[in-house]
Amino acid sequence: MSANSSSSLSIRDLHASIGDKPILKGLTLDIPKGEVHAIMGKNGAGKSTLAKIMAGHPDYTVTSGDVLLDGESILGLEPDVRARLGLFLAFQYPMEIPGVTIANFIRAALQARLPEGEELEATDYYAKLYAKMDALSVPRNFTSRSVNEGFSGGEKKRCEILQMAMLEPSYAVLDETDSGLDIDALKIVSAGVNALRGPNIGMLVITHYQRLLDYIVPDKVHVMSEGRIIHSGDKDLALKLEAQGYDWVEKEFGESGTRAA
Amino acid sequence: MSISITTTSPSETGNSTNWPEWFSKDQNEAWELFQSLPQPKRTDEPWRFANLKAIDLSDFHVAVPVQDVASLITRSSALTNLAAKLIFANEVLIHNDQVGLPAGVLLLPLEEAAKNHEELFRKSFMTSNVRLGSKKFAALHRAHLRSGAFVYVPKGVVVERPIEIWHWLEGENATIFPHTLIVLGEGASATVIDHFVSSRDERSLAIAVNDLTVETNAKLHYVAVQEWSDKVTAFHINTTEVGKEGVSTALQMNLGGAYVRGESDSHLMGEGSRSVMLSINPASENREIDQRTFQDHFAPRATSDLLYHNALADSSRTIFAGLIKVEEHAHETDAYQKVRNLMLSDEAEANSMPGLEILADNVRCTHGATSGELNEDELFYMMARGIAPKQAAQLIVRGFFGTVLERLENPMLQEHLGEILDKKLSTSK
Repeated sequence: MSANSSSSLSIRDLHASIGDKPILKGLTLDIPKGEVHAIMGKNGAGKSTLAKIMAGHPDYTVTSGDVLLDGESILGLEPDVRARLGLFLAFQYPMEIPGVTIANFIRAALQARLPEGEELEATDYYAKLYAKMDALSVPRNFTSRSVNEGFSGGEKKRCEILQMAMLEPSYAVLDETDSGLDIDALKIVSAGVNALRGPNIGMLVITHYQRLLDYIVPDKVHVMSEGRIIHSGDKDLALKLEAQGYDWVEKEFGESGTRAA
Repeated sequence: MSISITTTSPSETGNSTNWPEWFSKDQNEAWELFQSLPQPKRTDEPWRFANLKAIDLSDFHVAVPVQDVASLITRSSALTNLAAKLIFANEVLIHNDQVGLPAGVLLLPLEEAAKNHEELFRKSFMTSNVRLGSKKFAALHRAHLRSGAFVYVPKGVVVERPIEIWHWLEGENATIFPHTLIVLGEGASATVIDHFVSSRDERSLAIAVNDLTVETNAKLHYVAVQEWSDKVTAFHINTTEVGKEGVSTALQMNLGGAYVRGESDSHLMGEGSRSVMLSINPASENREIDQRTFQDHFAPRATSDLLYHNALADSSRTIFAGLIKVEEHAHETDAYQKVRNLMLSDEAEANSMPGLEILADNVRCTHGATSGELNEDELFYMMARGIAPKQAAQLIVRGFFGTVLERLENPMLQEHLGEILDKKLSTSK
């Protein structure tokens, strides 16, 4: 555990369920600002659920434990409040919003962060938007396209990272950002994420495959199984998982094995 | 000293001095027709589901001229780069600015067109049978009509910039009869925006008619921005005729009114003609928007494409009844009709009655009505970006209407109308 929870995204012994079905069973994780952590695990380990629960999805119930953002609990807060406090979730399956342009969508999100009565300055906004779009190789005519409508997988993920770049969160959870990407798109998205790395942001990268971590090199790697983190290590752990699969780690550290410290 | 619209004949209102004698005679005949036609009943098919109390017009009277004309001129501000702007206040022309009209285009008050361009006027003024229910009210319109806009674009002339027409309504229980008549000659093109506005928050009545004639290869964009006060009863009766390879794209945006009855009757007269019929209806509180449409295909290979989007909040109601009819010989017709209801409240009620009648071969017709609520996943996605639920819902509604605006295929109009819509949605509760 981090000694300084006042500048970290901290998940403490989190239990959560959907309906009667427990999904998270005592998950503890600490992501200090300035670091990039990766969560890996088999399908069904609860990785995406964790992301949704952190963002405040109404389908899930937290039964015990806590999630602290810079030392303050965010459980019980509405998803939009959490986001305005600095938490960002890049969706695995970003929603299509017909008729709402990307420019207007991001604008509304930025506007929501301003005090009442204050208006976003349009020229500055577009200048910044275009700069970020150029950096992510998002064509400028995307601003007038409806959010994610008719986008390819790669375009959707680039659009997620574009939003992240514009909203400048203090913590970002990237849920399977690599899914549906070919290698070129993966490189662009990873470069976009890397460009946002720095002392003012903590990132949690959720992925099924090690491939993404070749491009977004994590400071720490955690293995999730059956709703818990069962093992943690440095980036080499990802390589080992890629080479040897998950069975050994589950055997050694999972339910039947020794609990990870 | 108010003059009732339902018991006073045109010859008694003093209106006839406006018009040439032959038209005054027409008005008297229309008055007789109005009196002879029965008030719609619940059992009349075109009035199914309608709120018949709303169409009792017995306590409305003839509008008197507006006093403060200057302030209405100031308030008539929308687009800046226009070909022309006409402003009517209670059917009196108060402003006529024709800065960028190409030679040959006629933009006149109707009574002047009737006097000086009688043949043109007769050929296109209310020539079609009003057959979607409001025949009686169209007759009343014709009987009491005092003025209106006459737009004629001759063969081959392209009016690049939009023409803007404002129809102001003022006075408690006052009635106006706004009229816009547009004729585009062969190969001509134009964009016309009609604004319907109340000057104050009053209970009053508007019976509006528009006649759109789009000849061979001509191209019309017509938009009605209806922003009556929330206490107004309004009829908007449209007839569109499209000639060979002509294209009419018409949008009715109903942003105001207590009871709004819309009737849109498109006649696909020429081979390869096209009529795009769009409507945007944010309904809230107790508003009732009652729309009846007809896509009538007389010629082969024509296309009609109707898209109506209703967002219903509070205790609002909408009614949609639409008929696609493919007449004999109108082979290879493409006709589409889609109504979508976005239900924002459990108390709101949407009625949809699509209809189809096909007398030709090898046609492609689809029609459908859907109703749905706000998509929870979309809401969550937006909230995860920091947007509060109320703003998120507003953005989704805005997007729902935005998909209709896209169908105008005119970026300038799309942006302009989008701004009007934004303003409307951000001020509504």
